[in-house]
Amino acid sequence: MNTGQGRSKVLAGAKRDFAPWSDPAARPLVRFDDVSKRFGAFTAVDHVALDIYEGEFFALLGPSGCGKTTLLRMLAGFETPSEGRVLLAGEDLSDVPPYRRPVNMMFQSYALFPHLTVTGNVAFGLKQDGVPRAEIDTRVAEMLSLVRLEGLEQRRPHQLSGGQRQRVALARALVKRPKVLLLDEPLAALDRQLRESTRFELMHLQASLGLTFIIVTHDREEAMTLSSRVAVMDHGRIAQVATPSEIYEQPRSRFVAQFIGDVNLIEGAVAVIERGRVAIDSAAGRLTAAEPGNAEAGQQVWLAVRPEKIRISSGRPDDGVNSVSGQVVDVGYLGDVSTYHVRLGSGLMMQATAANLTRMIERPIGPDDTVWLSWPPDAAVVLTR
Amino acid sequence: MKQAAPSRRIRARSLVVLIPYLWLVAFFLIPFLIVLKISLSQPAVAQPPYTPTFDLITGWAGFREFVANLSPDNYLSLAADWLYLSSYLKSLQVAAVSTFLLLLIGYALAYGMARAPRRVQPILLMLVMLPFWTSFLIRVYAWINILQRDGLLNQVLLALHLVDEPPAWLATDTAIHIGIVYSYLPFMVLPIYAALEKMDETLLEAAADLGCPPWKTFWLVTVPLSRPGVLAGVLLCFIPIVGEFVIPDLLGGSETLMIGQTLWMEFFTNRDWPLASAVAVVLLLLLVVPIVTYQHIERRRLEAGS
Repeated sequence: MNTGQGRSKVLAGAKRDFAPWSDPAARPLVRFDDVSKRFGAFTAVDHVALDIYEGEFFALLGPSGCGKTTLLRMLAGFETPSEGRVLLAGEDLSDVPPYRRPVNMMFQSYALFPHLTVTGNVAFGLKQDGVPRAEIDTRVAEMLSLVRLEGLEQRRPHQLSGGQRQRVALARALVKRPKVLLLDEPLAALDRQLRESTRFELMHLQASLGLTFIIVTHDREEAMTLSSRVAVMDHGRIAQVATPSEIYEQPRSRFVAQFIGDVNLIEGAVAVIERGRVAIDSAAGRLTAAEPGNAEAGQQVWLAVRPEKIRISSGRPDDGVNSVSGQVVDVGYLGDVSTYHVRLGSGLMMQATAANLTRMIERPIGPDDTVWLSWPPDAAVVLTR
Repeated sequence: MKQAAPSRRIRARSLVVLIPYLWLVAFFLIPFLIVLKISLSQPAVAQPPYTPTFDLITGWAGFREFVANLSPDNYLSLAADWLYLSSYLKSLQVAAVSTFLLLLIGYALAYGMARAPRRVQPILLMLVMLPFWTSFLIRVYAWINILQRDGLLNQVLLALHLVDEPPAWLATDTAIHIGIVYSYLPFMVLPIYAALEKMDETLLEAAADLGCPPWKTFWLVTVPLSRPGVLAGVLLCFIPIVGEFVIPDLLGGSETLMIGQTLWMEFFTNRDWPLASAVAVVLLLLLVVPIVTYQHIERRRLEAGS
């Protein structure tokens, strides 16, 4: 993607001020109103309340079986909530069958009609709406050129590559100009390179069409790069809803912290909270964090520190705050960064990453070296669950 | 030595391909040529009951005489006599009506089976094939019992006060259709079920998602995708029904004859082997020509699509 970077800069600029979720006057386009879904004894979705706003690129992220797809299918109308309501633009969708809902879905398997051509597949939805023939032709042609499928109009799905099929599925769902486009693991079936370029195309499409996209994915990178907000789900519940950077930097639970990237979790008890600082007694000694969160004195907490925020050095750092020493167990060299696994004196394993800023082949720190790990108080988050 | 291995493999492969061809030549082409030859002969009071017979001992001259004695007379008499023409038409009519009924009932059954819960499907499949455990003849005789004047069907109809007088079922076209539909149903259900069962159900969701109500989805998605199964079922039923002999003979009346019965009569009652052979050859052409034409068109359509 040669234009990817320029595009994402433009998007970033446009997105900077886009935050309808923090505006109390804004009305959500999609509202899950205390929705639950049970299949027999299994609870797939457990009391989910969620608002999604117009123009958002919203990601439902979680491990498989966490209920994210069920949530999406309830919005599309393929599942009926056991409890609660799903609202679209204020309208209760409970009694609206899937074929009357102004949302369209891109299926994980694409679900292209094998007996129809590319044109036939893309035109299918418009025909159902009774759109005049001439308008169908122009809209289908427009959509096919938007997803760069010109020249393949008369092909059947089995004559297309995986990437082409993915774009037909996208075109078929977009051509009806849905109020919300639902994407169920849209990139899962593509190989890595194609996935990355398609990501940018999706972002560009969403921004240029000004539509609301809801994507279901188990790939955190995908969720982080694509979306305006991410809902992390676990066992049918929503663990946290926030912007990608908030999710990463201010996770609210150990599950979220661990699911979104690598993290060091240090268990301890709150010793003192004063002047906005919290001191925690842990097996690694007394550690300090800048924000206590909702922790109270004496409470058992976990200190979460991302590996890239930890400084690794051979000598003891000058300021003694949050510095622990240990032995390097192994070093993972990734080119741009190296990951160091360090065993502390207490037996706790910690991970630190450092950018490889020089072109030296031999790194100064290697296995079995004794090193110091340190981080500033504001690099750590205090988690109570 | 290095080159010998692949060529041996190719030879082995062509041998595998050859086996079905040899089978077809031995058990289809040669018998057909014999029937064709007999159809061009004349009946005779002899053993075998036709002339000329081909004798290798007489050599080339004998062969020429043999060819000269062959004649299309039997085909001409087929065309001249209304009996044969009406038998053909009757067979085609019965086959068309029965196949249509089979398609309606068979599609509904297959659809129900394919949509049933996964664990029930093998049981349903078993039930469809269960009648094959009993002899075909016994099952048709059972229908005589059911359809006769004081049979089960009339007893039920009378008990329900649907009729005042017991209607006659046996020796009617209705009885033939009932017998045929009953006997051929598995041949219609199984291929359609196979086609429906492998259909991806997300396609139905996709259609609904794109604004298509369920009944329309059935016509726009389910039916086109089950087309190969429907075609297979129709061919599997229509072709043997046209030549059906046992069912019309046991359940049907004497005033209308299907071509199978006519053929049987010519062969066994009249002992006119050549005419019976001509009837068989025309029947074969009647079935093969439209099917081959259809397949040709279908292949062209598929190639045009790709």
